[in-house]
Amino acid sequence: MTRHTLSVLVENKPGVLTRIAGLFARRAFNIHSLAVGPTEHEELSRVTVVVDVDELPLEQVTKQLNKLVNVIKIVELEPASAVQRELMLVKVKADAATRSGVLEVVSLFRAHVVDVVPDAVTIEAVGSPEKLAALLGALDPYSIREIVKSGSIAIGRGSRSMTDRALERSARNN
Amino acid sequence: MAQGDKSPATPSAPKPAPTPASFARSNSGSTVSQKCLGSESIVRSLEEVGVDTVFGIPGGAILPTYDPLMDSKKVRHILVRHEQGGGHAAAGYAHATGKVGVTMATSGPGATNLVTPLADANMDSIPMVAITGQVGASLIGTDAFQEADIVGITLPVTKHNFLVTNPADIPRTIAEAFHIAQSGRPGPVLVDIAKSAMQAETTFEWPQEINLPGYHPVTKPHSKQIREAARLLASARRPVLYVGGGIIRSGASEQLRKLTDLSGAAVVTTLMARGALPDSHPQHLGMPGMHGTVPAVAALQKADLVVALGARFDDRVTGKLDSFAPLATIVHADIDPAEIGKNREVDVPIVGDLKEVIAELIPELMAEHEKNGKPDIEGWWNQINVWRETYPLGYTKTDDGLLAPQHVLGRLSEISGPDSIYVSGVGQHQMWAAQFIKYERPNTWINSGGLGTMGFSIPAAMGAKVGQPDRTVWAIDGDGCFQMTNQELATCTINDIPIKVALINNSSLGMVRQWQTLFYNERYSNTDLHTGHGEMRVPDFVKLADAYGCVGIRVEHMNEVDAAIKKAESINDVPVLIDFNVSRNSMVWPMVAAGVSNDDIQYARGISPAWDRED
Repeated sequence: MTRHTLSVLVENKPGVLTRIAGLFARRAFNIHSLAVGPTEHEELSRVTVVVDVDELPLEQVTKQLNKLVNVIKIVELEPASAVQRELMLVKVKADAATRSGVLEVVSLFRAHVVDVVPDAVTIEAVGSPEKLAALLGALDPYSIREIVKSGSIAIGRGSRSMTDRALERSARNN
Repeated sequence: MAQGDKSPATPSAPKPAPTPASFARSNSGSTVSQKCLGSESIVRSLEEVGVDTVFGIPGGAILPTYDPLMDSKKVRHILVRHEQGGGHAAAGYAHATGKVGVTMATSGPGATNLVTPLADANMDSIPMVAITGQVGASLIGTDAFQEADIVGITLPVTKHNFLVTNPADIPRTIAEAFHIAQSGRPGPVLVDIAKSAMQAETTFEWPQEINLPGYHPVTKPHSKQIREAARLLASARRPVLYVGGGIIRSGASEQLRKLTDLSGAAVVTTLMARGALPDSHPQHLGMPGMHGTVPAVAALQKADLVVALGARFDDRVTGKLDSFAPLATIVHADIDPAEIGKNREVDVPIVGDLKEVIAELIPELMAEHEKNGKPDIEGWWNQINVWRETYPLGYTKTDDGLLAPQHVLGRLSEISGPDSIYVSGVGQHQMWAAQFIKYERPNTWINSGGLGTMGFSIPAAMGAKVGQPDRTVWAIDGDGCFQMTNQELATCTINDIPIKVALINNSSLGMVRQWQTLFYNERYSNTDLHTGHGEMRVPDFVKLADAYGCVGIRVEHMNEVDAAIKKAESINDVPVLIDFNVSRNSMVWPMVAAGVSNDDIQYARGISPAWDRED
C-alpha cells in the first residue's frame, strides 16, 4: 500500500462531504486525512483526501468518485509536482526549567508559540507531514499534552489552475 | 377488454426505447412561468417531463401533492397497497417501456419502504424517480413524527438524490432527477421534498437547460479502441460475445444481432440480458453462470477472446474469478467507466453507449474481414456443437407424483409465446424461467438480478402491464416470493391491470432448500412454507386469489397444465393465478457452486462434464 493524495473539486452543496466520505467507507478505504474548504469560485469547494491504498483499488475508487454527480474533477497530486501542507497545533508541558529547551525546538523548526501559561506552551506549525512528524519527535521528551492536525491540503506546482480547467471542460460539455 | 374475449391481444409494435445517448442531449422547450403552490409545481413538473403513470401511496407529508395530482389530466396515479409494491411497479414499468418509472411515497416509513426497490433498481440499472414527502423544513432534524433522513438512508443505493426545501427549486430538481435517471448508465433518483415547500407559494418555471457541471456521461466510444476490438474479433479463433443487461438498456438488440451474424462468434446472454438476442439464433448458447448452460459456461472457459457488452463480470457469472475465462483476451464495452476493470483486468476498454459502440464496431470489423478474410472458427463451432449435443438443458422427472416445474415453464413458453412479457421473482422459479422460457425479443424478460429481491414479481408485472397494456404479462413467482408482495393483486384487480400469475408452488423456500440438500446434509432448517403438499395449505392460494377478485386455478397433475394455461390466456378482464403444485425435490441444474471455478460445473447432481479429461 502506498500513500496517495487526491484533490477533489466538488459543487459547494449540502451533503457532498457525506457522499464522498460514504463512498470511501463503502468501498472499505481507509482515509488518512481529509480537509475541505472553499475555493476562489463561490460555487466550488475543494476536498483533499489522503489515502493508503494500492494502485488498482485507487483507480476504482477514483472512478466511483467521478460518478458522484456533485464531483466535478479529481486529480491525484504527486509529491514531486505538488506542494503539500498541514497545520498543527500542539500543547507541550513547559515550566521555568524546560521552557528554553522547548523554545529552541520551536525556533529550529520555524514554528510559533501562540499561547503561554506557567506550565505549558501551545505551538503552531505548518509544513509537510514529514516536517511535522520530526517536530513532534523533538518535542516528545518535554511531554506532549494535546495535538490537533488540520489534515493535508495540496496544490499543484506551476501556473495552471485546476478549477479553471475543470470549469472550462464543464462549460464545453453543457 | 371484455370478459371471455378469446382472441389474444394483438401486441402493438414495441415502442423504440429511448437510448441513454439521446437523453444526454435532450432539452425541453417549454417556457411557461406561473404562480402556484409548490405541490402544483411538483405535478406540473411531472407533466412537463412526460410522466403518464405514477405508482404511489399518500400520507401526511406528501398529502399536499396528492390534491393537485387528482386534477391532472396527464398523470395517472395508481394507488398501490405497499410502497415496496409501488417501487417495483415503477421498475417493471421502466423495464417494459424503457421510460422512467415513477413512484411516490410519504415521509418516514413510506420512504423507508422504498429502500428495497431503489437498491434493486440501482443494481439492475433501471431508470426510476422516487418522489417522497419530507416533514416541514423547520422540523427537519427534530425527530418529528414520520421523519426519516431518506436522503442519507438512500445515498448508497441511488444514482443520485436530492432534498428540496425551497419551492422555487422544484422544477429544476425534478428535471435534473429525470435527466440523471435516464442518461448514461440508468438508475434510480430520489427527490425528497419538504411539506413546507409543497404548501408555499412559488413560481413554476421550467428550466431551459440542464446544468450539472459534474455529470457528463460518455456515450461516444474511442475510435482507436473500436479498431483494436475489431482487429481482435477478426483474428480470434474461439470468440465469445458475453452479453449483459446493458444491451437491453441501450436498446442495442438490432445492432447486436448484426454483430453476431457478421462476427460468427458464439453468444451468451446473462440473466439480465435474456432476450437481447433471440434464443432461436443458431449462435446463441444460452445463459452463462451459476445456473447457465454447459455450452455457455464452457465456451467462456475455453474462449481466446471474450467481448463483454454491457456486462459486469458479476460473481454469479464468473464463479471463482481467478479461473474465469483463463485463456481469453478481454474486450469490455460499457457506458459506466467504473465497471471496466472492476473485477477482471481488461485488454481493450471501451466506454460508450452500446448502440454507438456496436454501430461503430460493425464497419471496422467489415473492413478487417475485407483486408484479411474471415477467421477460421469452424473448429470452435465443432467443439461447441459437441457440448450442445452432449449437455443440452434438461431435467429429470419427479418421483413424488407432483409436477416438474421445468415442464410447467416449458409449456407456458410454448403456449403464451415470445410476444408475452415474463416477470419473475427470485429463486428456483426464476432460474427455471430464465432457462426454459424461450425469449425472442428484448424487454420480455424482467427480473431482479443484482439485488435478488424476493417479492419483485407481482408488483413488477403490474408495472409492466400498465406500460404495455396490449401484451400478455405473466408473473412467474414462487410461493415464498409471492407471500412477500401479493397484496398488489388487489391493486391489479381494482385498476384493471389483468396480469397472470404462474405460481411455482413447491411449498418451500426452494433455492435455500436446494442448498440445504446439497451443502447442509439435507437438514431443512426453516424452509418449509406449508403452502401445499402436506395436510396444510396456509394460505390456500386459490382462495386467496378469489379473495382478491382474481380467478384462481389449481393444477396438481401433468395433464391439467396446458388447459390451465390456455384458460388463463383467455381471461383478460381480471388477474388470473394458477397454483402449480410442483415437486420440492426438483433442483436447478446445471450448477456451479458458489466460489468454485466454472470448470467444476455440474450438469446434474454428481455429473461433471468431461472436457478437461479430453484436453
